[in-house]
Amino acid sequence: MQFKDYYQIMGVARDATQDEIKRAYRKLARKYHPDVSKAPDAEIRFKELGEANEVLKDPEKRAAYDQLGANWKGGQEFRPPPDWDAGFEHRGSGFTGDGASGGAADYSAFFESLFGRDFRASGARRASAHARGEDHHAKVLIDLEDAYRGATRTITLRVPAVDAQGHVVTSERVLNVSIPKGIREGQHIRLSGQGNPGIGEGKAGDLYLQVEFRAHPLYRVDGRDLYLDLPVAPWEAALGASVKVPTLGGIVELKIPEGSVPGRKLRLKGRGLPGDPPGDCYVILTIALPPADTEAAKEIYRKMAQQLNFNPRAKLGV
Amino acid sequence: MSSENNLPQDPICILEEQTQLTLVDLCGACAVHAERIIELVDVGVLEPAGREPAHWRFGGGSLHRAHAALRLQRDLEINLAGVALALELLDEIESLRMRLRAMGGE
Repeated sequence: MQFKDYYQIMGVARDATQDEIKRAYRKLARKYHPDVSKAPDAEIRFKELGEANEVLKDPEKRAAYDQLGANWKGGQEFRPPPDWDAGFEHRGSGFTGDGASGGAADYSAFFESLFGRDFRASGARRASAHARGEDHHAKVLIDLEDAYRGATRTITLRVPAVDAQGHVVTSERVLNVSIPKGIREGQHIRLSGQGNPGIGEGKAGDLYLQVEFRAHPLYRVDGRDLYLDLPVAPWEAALGASVKVPTLGGIVELKIPEGSVPGRKLRLKGRGLPGDPPGDCYVILTIALPPADTEAAKEIYRKMAQQLNFNPRAKLGV
Repeated sequence: MSSENNLPQDPICILEEQTQLTLVDLCGACAVHAERIIELVDVGVLEPAGREPAHWRFGGGSLHRAHAALRLQRDLEINLAGVALALELLDEIESLRMRLRAMGGE
């Protein structure tokens, strides 16, 4: 198992006062709280932080931890020295966690080897003989096309469980999930009864899948609306044209109005993600310049320079 | 309370769109007493339809909002007004982030 440097996790010196530790914890907890932070590792950081705080905020546990010595580095392979805890009364109920910081069963093996695992029993679990199973939460990454048409996806979930010997084992559970047509990013799919089994006659919990979209090469998504950058030629923008536009539902014709400028936003009504009402597809015009890589092309550019009285920087006053 | 067994029974659904929860459903799903949910309504974190608590109907999105509010309250020791403010600001950041992405920035 790996050594955990709780002082480093908390960003405090080994001789920090209890007040400094409290302040550091509060600050970092706000920063890494999974409901606040979008950082992909926020949840792991927050759990680590909770564990570090569990040890350092309690003078007795902190003293026991300090006894291991200052020479350990975070991540180093660690075995607790025999009798390391002699003289500290923390085995058993003395060190039961209050489950206050995010799930009592989430302490590391390192923590458990030092402070035991009795805190598990006293976690947030309700003591009743019949209780509904816990809900499970997971994220599922889908393609925009799946949200447009609906799809069936096979999802593999890693489920941690405690076996008969009390070890934490992960088992894999494979589920076929149908993605409802028109689902939007950030929404949740609920699968009734697919969470943890209930206790006694309690019902199983539910499984919640939070939907996220894989980045799409063409479209950006805002709710049900889609945004597409559409390159047009200078003459299409200047003179107007009818051009082909790819949408999720297939190719459609779009009329480019005469005198369009780059950044002009044209709306294809109802061509976004399906729903009631369906979203729109916004087409943002960009102007693509033909390369001047042949003599004929150069000649056309020269002609434009001579014959168009055009100063692109007129607004800058030069 | 047998309330926690009363969540609507469709096997698969989009939580935010196809679910209506009663106060009892929500208490059961969050494993808290009704007072905690009523507090969240009073401070404006949750906005059910209907006048009386007995007739309240919460949209499916309320479930995650209630969970987030309860977690913030517990983990960061913030009071209800602080939780409400934090959630509003987080919503605003999220919508700005989406807008930014739609505009092609990241």
